[in-house]
Parts: sequence; C-alpha cells; structure tokens
Amino acid sequence: MIGADLYTALPEIVLALYAMAALMVGVYGGKDKLAEPILWATAGLMVLLALFVGSKGLEVVTAFNGMYIADAFAHFTKMIILISAAVVMIMGQSYMVARGLLKFEYPILIALSVVGMMLMVSSGDLIALYMGLELQSLALYVVATMNRDSTRSTEAGLKYFILGALASGLLLYGASLTYGYAGTTLFAGIISTISEDGMSIGLLMGLAFMLAGLAFKVSAVPFHMWTPDVYEGAPTPVTAFFATAPKVAAMALIARVVHEAFGVVPGDWSQIIAFLAIASMFVGAIAAIGQRNIKRLMAYSSISHMGFALVGLAAGTAQGVQGMLVYMAIYVTMNIGVFAFILTMSRDGKPVTDIDNLRQYSKGEPLRALALLILMFSLAGVPPLLGFFGKFYVLWAAVQAGLTWLAVGGVIASVIGAFYYLRIVYYMYFGEETEPLDRVRAPVQATLLVAAAAIMVLGVINLFGVESAAALAANALVR
Amino acid sequence: MLNLLSIITFTPAIAAAILAFFLRGEDEAAQQNAKWVALVATLATFAASLILLVGFDPQDTGFQFVEEHEWIMGFTYKMGVDGISILFVMLTTFLMPITIGACWNVTHRVKEYMIAFLLLETLMIGVFTALDLVLFYLFFEAGLIPMFLIIGIWGGKDRIYAAFKFFLYTFLGSVLMLVAMIAMYVDAGTTDIPTLLNHQFSTETISLAGWQIIGGMQTLLWLAFFASFAVKMPMWPVHTWLPDAHVQAPTAGSVILAAVLLKMGGYGFLRFSLPMFPVASDIFAPLVLWLSAIAIVYTSLVALMQEDMKKLIAYSSVAHMGFVTMGIFAANQQGLDGAIFQMISHGFISGALFLAVGVIYDRMHTREIAAYGGLINRMPVYAAVFLLFTMANVGLPGTSGFVGEFLTFVAVFQVNTWVAFFAATGVILSAGYALWLFRRVVMGEMIKESLKSIKDMDRREKLLIAPLVAMTLILGVYPAFVTDIISPSVAALVDGHTLALQAHEAASQLAQN
Repeated sequence: MIGADLYTALPEIVLALYAMAALMVGVYGGKDKLAEPILWATAGLMVLLALFVGSKGLEVVTAFNGMYIADAFAHFTKMIILISAAVVMIMGQSYMVARGLLKFEYPILIALSVVGMMLMVSSGDLIALYMGLELQSLALYVVATMNRDSTRSTEAGLKYFILGALASGLLLYGASLTYGYAGTTLFAGIISTISEDGMSIGLLMGLAFMLAGLAFKVSAVPFHMWTPDVYEGAPTPVTAFFATAPKVAAMALIARVVHEAFGVVPGDWSQIIAFLAIASMFVGAIAAIGQRNIKRLMAYSSISHMGFALVGLAAGTAQGVQGMLVYMAIYVTMNIGVFAFILTMSRDGKPVTDIDNLRQYSKGEPLRALALLILMFSLAGVPPLLGFFGKFYVLWAAVQAGLTWLAVGGVIASVIGAFYYLRIVYYMYFGEETEPLDRVRAPVQATLLVAAAAIMVLGVINLFGVESAAALAANALVR
Repeated sequence: MLNLLSIITFTPAIAAAILAFFLRGEDEAAQQNAKWVALVATLATFAASLILLVGFDPQDTGFQFVEEHEWIMGFTYKMGVDGISILFVMLTTFLMPITIGACWNVTHRVKEYMIAFLLLETLMIGVFTALDLVLFYLFFEAGLIPMFLIIGIWGGKDRIYAAFKFFLYTFLGSVLMLVAMIAMYVDAGTTDIPTLLNHQFSTETISLAGWQIIGGMQTLLWLAFFASFAVKMPMWPVHTWLPDAHVQAPTAGSVILAAVLLKMGGYGFLRFSLPMFPVASDIFAPLVLWLSAIAIVYTSLVALMQEDMKKLIAYSSVAHMGFVTMGIFAANQQGLDGAIFQMISHGFISGALFLAVGVIYDRMHTREIAAYGGLINRMPVYAAVFLLFTMANVGLPGTSGFVGEFLTFVAVFQVNTWVAFFAATGVILSAGYALWLFRRVVMGEMIKESLKSIKDMDRREKLLIAPLVAMTLILGVYPAFVTDIISPSVAALVDGHTLALQAHEAASQLAQN
C-alpha cells in the first residue's frame, strides 16, 4: 500500500525532492549565479503541480493511515497556494536582483515552505498538522531575514521567530491536551470520541489552545502583534509572500481542524472564531488609519481581511467554508496586485513605502493608478468589484447561521476600513503635487497589477467559476 | 427590442470604455473628442429611452421590458421597469446630455471627467431598472466611486473633506442595508424583487437584548433600509453631507447629485420600504412624517442664512426632499403621486438652479451671494431664467414645483393635520429664502465694479437650460404627462399596502381574541 500512499502525496514529495536537489545544485553549481534559473524552475514546477493537483478527481483519498487527506478542499487550497507562491516569486524577482537580495536559497526556502503549507491543508492528524506548520514556519523565519545586512529585516525575522515559536508552543500544548483526552491524534478519531463521549473540558482547552496557535498564523487579533513589524521589516517580495500563500494555508488549516476534528460541536469553536473575527475586523480597520507606511497599512488591511474570512468559518456551515475559500481566493488576487505595485514604488532607485509618495501618481502613470484605484475600492468592498462579493459570501453565511450581529459588526468595520483605502486613492488623484515617483518600466509588475484590477472588474460576470469549485471543496470538508 | 433596458443602461458604459481605451492625448482636439463622444452617447441613450417610453403601457402595473439571465450565487441579472421607475430612467437620460454640456468648459482631465459621468449614468439607470436585490445594491453603491472622484478631482477648495464625507456617510448607511438584504435573501430564498414584493416578512414581535421589537423582522429590515435611504435622500438629521458635497462638487456634479442621485433614496422607499415592509412602514410613518416636517422647516430656516448660493440651493433641496418623504409615508394615492412628481420636478428645477449658479460662477469664480447684485441690468435673459426657477422652487402654480407640493399636502393633510400645518410654514419660508436670493443676486443696481463687464448667457448655456424651462412649464401646466404614467402603478402599490395592513390588523385581532 505504500506505493499508493506515496502516489497520493506525490505533489508534496515531488516538490520536496526538487527542493533538495535544487539545494545541491545551488551549493555545488555556482551559488547565487544560479539563483535566477532556480527561481524560474521553482515557479514553473509549482505551476505544473498546481495543474496536476487541479486535475485530480473529487473523491476523498487518505494516505498513511489517515494522516494525509487528499480531497477537493485540499486541492482547491493547494492550487491557490501554489499559483500565488509562483506568481509572487516571479514578481519579486527583479526587485531582489536589483537590490542584491536574490540568493539561491530564496526560491528553495519558498518551495520548502510551500511543501509545509500543502501538508498543512492535507493533514488528517495532529502530528501531520504540526509537521506541516513547522516546516512552513521555519522556512518563513529564514526568508524574513533574507536581507541580512538590514537590522530591520533581521529584527523582523527574529520577532517572527520568537512569537511564532510561542504560538507553536501553544498549539503543541493544545494538541497534547487533545491527544490526552481523545486518546488519538487522528482527526477522525477525535471526532468519533467527541460524538461518543461528548466534549470534555480537556478537549475544549485543547481546542482553545490550538485555535490560539493557529490564530497567530493567520494574524488574527489578539495574536496579530507581529504582523506590522514583520511586514515592514521583511523585503517587499517576502512581505508579498507572507500576505498571500501562508494566510490561505493557515486559514484552510483552521477550517480543516474545526470541521474534521471538532465538526460535531460547532457551538464550542464558533464563538471563539467569531470573537477572533470581530476583533480582527475592527482592530485591522482602526489601527490602519494612523499608518503612513504602505507595507504596515497592508499588514493591518490583511488583519482586517482575515477577520472577514473568519466570519465565514464562524458560521460553521458548508456555506461558511465556501465563503471563506472564495474570500481567500479574491484576497490573494487583490494582494498580489497591490504588492506588485508596491514593488515598483521607488524614488531615485531606492524603494520607498511612505504613502505620501503617491501624491498625484495618476498624472504620470494613469493606467497603473487606475488599476490601483480599482484594487483599493475592491479591498474596501465596494461593489461591483470582486472584493464586495467576497464579503457578501461570508456575511451571507454568517446571517444564515444566525450570526447577524457579526455581519453587522463586519460591515461597520468595513466602513471604517474604507477610509484608509480611500486615502490612497486621494493621494493618487487629488493630493498636492510633489516630486513624483521614479518611472520604472517593471513590465511584470505592471502586468500583474493591471491583471489583478481587471479580474476585480470582470469577475462580476461569474467570479471566474471560483464559486462552484469552492462549493465542491467546502462540501468535501463539511459533511 | 428584448434587450432595450440593457442597451439603455450600458450604452454610456460602452462609450466610457471606448474613451478609456481608444482616446489618447491631452491636447485640445482630444478633449473636444472626449466631450463629443460623451454627448453623442448620452443623446443616444436618451433616444433609446424614448423608445422605452413610447413602448411602455401605463395600464399594466407589472414590470415591463423584463430581461432575466442567470448570474452567480442564485442571483439573477434581471431588469425591468414599471410605472414607478420608468420616469426616473427618463429623468436620468434626459438630464445627462445637459450635464455633459454643462462641463463643456472644463479643461482639467477631460477624458477622465467624461468617463466618470458616463459610468455614473450607467450606474444611475441601473439602480432604477434592476429587479434583483443584489444587482440593485451593486448599482446603488457603485455610484459612489465615480461621484467620489468627481467631487475629489474636479471639486472646489475643500473638496477632499467633502468627498470623504460623502463617501463614508453614504457607505455607512448602505452597508446596513446590505445586511438587511442578506437577511431577506436568507428568509425568502431569493433576491428577485417581484417575488420579494409578494413575500410576507414576519411581523411577529421578537425580543432582542431585552428590547421588545414590535413588528419584528420587518421593523429591523425597515430600519436598515431606512439608514441607507434616509442618508441618500437626505433626511434631517443625516443631511449634513449634502451641503458640503454640493458646494465642493463641480457644476455638472451638483446637477447630477441634486437631480438624480438624491432620487435614489426616494425610489428606494417606494420600491422596498413601503411595499415590502408595510407593517413596519405603518409603525414608523409618524416618525418619518415628523422628521420630514422638521426637515422642511429647519432646513428652510438654515437656507435663509446661507451666504453661498450652492449651499442655499442644497439646503432647499433637503427641504424639498422632505416633501417627498412626507408624501411617501402618507401612503395614499395623492401622496405617492405627489412624491414621485415632486422628485421628477425637483430633478428639473434643482438641476436648472445649479446650472444657473454655474453660469455666473464660470464668469466670476465665486458663489458668494454678496459678490453679486443687479445682474438684471446686464443679463436680462439670465434674470428671466433665474426668476422662473426661483418661482418653481417656491412652488408657484403653473410651474411643476407646485403640483408635487400640493399633492403631498393634500395627502398628508388626510393623515396628520399638524404635520401638514408645519410643512406649510416651510412653503412660506421657501418663498422667503428663494425670493431673497433672487433679490440679492439679480435685482437692484449694479454697484459692484467687477460685475460691470459680465456677459449674458451664451448660446450653449441657453441651449442647456431651454429643455429644463420647457419641462418645468409643461409639467406645471399639464401634470397628467407624469401622473398618467405613474398612477396605475401607484394605485396598485397603495392597494397592496392597504391590504397588507388590513391583513395584519385582522391577524393581530385574531391573536388577541
């Protein structure tokens, strides 16, 4: 049976083996000279794997005695993770090269962290969950300090590491409690224990600690403190990566744990998640108002967006999971577009991140300004842009589950949040003129920016079919 | 013409796309081209909407010209018009060419300006033709984006404050409506407006955090919708965004804001609040009537003291919208007829007044009333036009302003005499501020040195204002043009409302026995 098991986990195995091989090639074959080819190869492989994963059927296959689950839910999130990771790597490449940051370890570390994420979303067991999470996190800690000559970047990495280790500790503690009271680490075993013997207080504690650890990974309030500093300190391409794939993986992992292991007692976790959601939405929206640095601003924006995605999960229904998946897909697209833009922000060749620099940007670069305007309105959730539909989905799920108060809180937070998105539009279109930003050609970034904006507009027609795929994925998870 | 409504709705958007993708350059010729494309597109839209009007059967109280296609999440792309919405479509398409003409002298970012207005037209028409809740919300909210940009980029000195205030105020109102829409979708299982019009939302008293809510779900839904439409209308006391937005907006922006965007709130009350939540509407009717009366008196008083012409007209708009809400929540035939009539007529009159202010603003670059005086000496045509619209604003018989006010008075008198009494004092006050404005700006000796060389309206300006003059007079003399179209649909609405209330009454009697 081992052959079948290995085949089921083929994408992860291929990517892991590739990462090791690439490491060898890098070390013995010329170090950083090979960085670019390795980066392109990694991105290419990820896209191929995404296609491979996407071509898999709908049936649920488990491997390694249930520790690894390959179902529509895993496939859907893996596709988002793989594609967004590949896109983010490609779009950050020129930035890294221009600033001498592109080391051959970078794509390899990203690949390893993606292996971890894929394992996370496929995990059917607490051990597998922890393994995936740690593989993902450890690679990310290193990536955060990529710019090792910058105190900012090393500080970001260290902060991320210490707080991340704390969160892992919490998670591990929760997992051990759960194991102690359920007698098994398998999700399927935990859920059958709960349905037979009910939810014991020990299991509840275990669940709460695990959720706290996972909340750290999605940067949900009150475990969000690391986010702005890490976003600001890490090199922008790395920040872009932090904002996309790991968030999807962690969010999917929460969905996986609460539904597969604790799905019979939605009341117990739904209120925890609802609290995380409302706190994240409000803190993200309010704290961002004072930010002048666009990377910190995007950090708070992502906190707020994670709050919205959690609203979907708090509903505890298949619609909620579907809403969360749609939301994450849209969120990732918007963030790729915005970070593609941030990568091009420079003055006199130096990267700048202060939003003041955007004054009258629309004069010099009308198309890019328009694209960013669309993305900002989409982030704010103004119809007819896709960001609105993401919000609509999760709010709909929440109202359907009787969490109307959460939906009302969410929309009020979105109004507060709209203020800082509008401010960027204001700088670009009606601010006073200052010395303009450098006019960089940046074809890759500009294309991605415009493409993301176009997706936000054209998606109104049918959401590019994400809706039905997300429905299949959600129904695979929530039974 | 199966897709007539889609054609009308999206013609301006297509023109905007053409401008965005194919027009290059910032020179004089490119600017002229942009303006001409926009003008032709809006005229074509108006022509198409005339076909709509001709093909419309007023006796049929259902939705006509219906189009339906599947969309995402079980929503539908559904469009249609009935007697209540068709005139708003006509008002929009009629005013847009005039608005485009009003920005003929703009030289700053002309292409973008035209695109913003064309997109805005699509979104405004969409609001009035959408027959799906989510589709409606899409159009309703999306209109904020171009308007935010119009105020922010082409506005006056404090445009940034005004643009943010406009956006955030209306956004906050609307998101509550969004939650209510979701709740309706969950409750009724559909977002189809004609189906929802026949859906009974629960009126059972529920308790929420210790509060007994009479009218139950309907009350909550009604309040959420009210939050949105009251801001949009705007009703006292959530009207404060309007004077700021009007003063800072460019002339064309003010015209559209006053003439069409404000009507979305009234249309929303007519389309959603009254027919879908009849019991809650009945519960809150006294509140709305009194708010309307306060709005009429208070904002008229505020208007008296304004020193900025646009601000004065903005406050007078709030007062006139007070008549509209008063008529709607009187909930009888005259009230609804009057409210719709008042909205249409106010579309022409306020649009014309803002145009008129724009005419002298273009010459003198100030809106201060004190900077003018004695214009009649050098601008006779202008003085005549201004007089006509001042009188129409006051509600002089013979102008369209009279009909709407009169009908709403008749309506509210049957429901609440005191409200009618206080609202009537508002009419006197409106005569006060309007005539005083006219006196200070137009009449008297021309003593100001700076005005000595001012020129009368040119051909373009006369051409722009002539259709508005015509409409104001025609509707004033022969209001049946409007009432013939709206009355059957309004009658159906009123009947449905009365029946729903009677049914509720009977049910609660039964429950008591």
